[in-house]
Amino acid sequence: MNPKTTPWLEFEKPIVELEERIRTLEDSASLRGLDVTDEVQRLRERVMSLGREIFDSLDDWQRVQLARHPRRPTTQDYLRLIFDSFNELHGDRAFRDDPSLITGLAFLGRRPVMVIGHQKGRDTKSNIHRNFGMAHPEGYRKAMRVMELAARNRRPIVTFIDTPGAYPGLGAEERGQGEAIARNLRDMAALPVPVLVFVTGEGGSGGALAIGVGNRVYMLENSIYSVISPEGCAAILWRDRAKAADAARAMKITARDALRLGVIDAVLPEPTGGAHRDHIATAAVLKSRIIADLDELASVGAEDLRRQRLDKFLAMGIFQEG
Amino acid sequence: MSWIDQAKKGIKAITAEKKEIPDNLWSKCPACADVLYHRELARNLWVCGNCNHHLRLTTEQYRDLLCDPGTWRETHTGIISMDPLGFKDSKSYEERIKATLKKTGREDAIVVGGAEIDGLPVQLGIMDFEFMGGSMGSVVGEKIARMLLDALRERQAAIIVSRSGGARMQESLLSLMQMAKTSAVLSRLREEGVPFVSILTNPTTGGVTASYASLGDVNIAEPKALIGFAGPRVIQQTINSELPEGFQSSEFLLEHGMIDMIVPRKELRPRLAAVLHWFVDGRDVSVPRAGLG
Repeated sequence: MNPKTTPWLEFEKPIVELEERIRTLEDSASLRGLDVTDEVQRLRERVMSLGREIFDSLDDWQRVQLARHPRRPTTQDYLRLIFDSFNELHGDRAFRDDPSLITGLAFLGRRPVMVIGHQKGRDTKSNIHRNFGMAHPEGYRKAMRVMELAARNRRPIVTFIDTPGAYPGLGAEERGQGEAIARNLRDMAALPVPVLVFVTGEGGSGGALAIGVGNRVYMLENSIYSVISPEGCAAILWRDRAKAADAARAMKITARDALRLGVIDAVLPEPTGGAHRDHIATAAVLKSRIIADLDELASVGAEDLRRQRLDKFLAMGIFQEG
Repeated sequence: MSWIDQAKKGIKAITAEKKEIPDNLWSKCPACADVLYHRELARNLWVCGNCNHHLRLTTEQYRDLLCDPGTWRETHTGIISMDPLGFKDSKSYEERIKATLKKTGREDAIVVGGAEIDGLPVQLGIMDFEFMGGSMGSVVGEKIARMLLDALRERQAAIIVSRSGGARMQESLLSLMQMAKTSAVLSRLREEGVPFVSILTNPTTGGVTASYASLGDVNIAEPKALIGFAGPRVIQQTINSELPEGFQSSEFLLEHGMIDMIVPRKELRPRLAAVLHWFVDGRDVSVPRAGLG
C-alpha cells in the first residue's frame, strides 16, 4: 500500500486534514525551536472530539465503506501483529492453491493454533492475485482440509472473515462452489476443537460463513455481515445497484444489529476513527479476546464443544409459533 | 368462467388442486411453447410430451408422487415468519408475508412431515417455489432442522425436495445462518448413519445449493433443472461474457460430479425407493439394470 495515494473516505477527511496540520505545525516548530505544545494539545483535543462526533453517528453505508477501507488491516496484518510465528499451508490437494484464503500453523505465545482467513490485496496487483478476497471452491476446501488437520491434532482454530463473497464465476460453478461451502458448514459443525471466528471486515454471504461456524463468533465494531452484498440486494429488490445504501440500511448489516439478532457473541471495539487508523491497537483487542477464549475453552471436552456449537446455530432464527 | 378466462390463468391453473380437470384447460409449455392439455399433463406427471420439459409441481403433487397413499402426516405446522429486521423495499416484508400467506394458503416455503415410501418410514421436506421464490428464512431453516432431528431420533431416512432462489434477503443475516443451522444437523445424521437424499429441482440456487441441497448422501436431480450457487446473471456480469450452453443445468452438474443421478419424473419414485431400500433394509427393489443401460 502506498499511504500517499490510498484514498481516504469523504467523511474521515476532516480528521485526516487536522492531523496533517498538527504534523506540519510540529515539524516547523521543531525546525525553528518554537514551543507549540499548547496549540498541538488544543488541536489534538479537536481531533478527538471531531472523531467522536463523526464516528458516533455513522450511518450504515459509512459502516460499509469502513469495512471495505483499503487501509483496513487484513489477515496478513493480524498474523503479523497477533501471532508469534506463522507457517503458511497451501493447497486443497485436489486442484490448486487459492490465494484468496490464507491458512497455516501459528503460535500464540506457546500455544499452537490453526489460523484461517480471507486475504484481500492492498493495490490493484495484489488484489488481482488475491481475487479481491473472493475464494473459489478450492479455497474453502483448503480451509476444511487444514481444519480437519487441526482437529486430528487437537489444536484450536481461529478464523478471520473479510470477503465480499464467494467468487461467482464459471470455474467456481464447475468445481462446485455450492458444495464446497455446504460441506464446510456441515463439517465445521462437527469439529472437536475450539473454533473462534472474527468478522474483521466484510462478512459477505456464504463465502464468509464457510469459515464462520464457530463456538464463539465476534465482529469488529465497523465490520459488516449480510446474506448478500448491498449492491447485489439493491440489484434484485430495487433493480438498481446504485441503491446499495438503501439496501445496506434495510438488511441491518452492522455488528450491533448482528448482536441484537443473536448471531454473534459480542462486538469488539475499534480505535476511534476505525481499525485502519491503528492496526496495532485493533490487533491487541483481537489478541486479548483470543487468549481469554482459548483459556476458557481449553477445559471443555470435544463432545461439549460440538454440542455447544450445534446448539448455538440451532438457536438462530426469529419466527412466531402457535 | 369461460374457457378463455381459464386459459388466461395459464400456469396458475395448474397449481390449483382439482380432482377433475376439465378437457378445455390448457397451457403452453414454457420450454417449447407446445399446447399442453391439463388432463394429459396430469397423466404425464406434468412433463411436456413434446420436449420432456418438467413443469413445476405443487407441494401436494410432489407429496403424492413420492409417498405411499395415505401415509403423509405433516409435522411442525404453525411456524410463521416474522419481520425481525423491519425490512422494507417497495413494500414492507411484513406486508409481503401477509399477502403471500393469503395468496398461497401456505405457512412458508416448505412443508415437512413423516410418510412412507415403498413401505419405508421417512421424514420428508418439500419446498414451495410459489412462496417468495422458495426462499429460505428462519421458518424454512427451523422446519428443516426439526424434521432432520426427527429423522435422527427415529433413525428414519430424510429427504428434501429443493426448489429455491436461495436465502431470503428480507431476513438477511438470519437467513444466512439457516445454512449453517441445517447443515450442522446434517453432520449428526452423517455421523449416525441416517441417510439423507437430496432431490434438486428447477431451480435450486444460492444458499440452498450452498447448504443442504448439496449435502445428500445421494443427490438426485430432475432433468434440465437450473442448479447453481451464483445466479447466471451475476456470473455473466462478473465475467463479462456469454455463458456456455447448458451451464448450471442438471446435466452440467452431473458431468462435473456434483450430483449422482438425473432421474426423469416418471422414474423418480421407483429410483428413490431403490436407493432408500439399499440404505435401510438392504432389499433390492431396483428396476432390473437401472442406471446400467
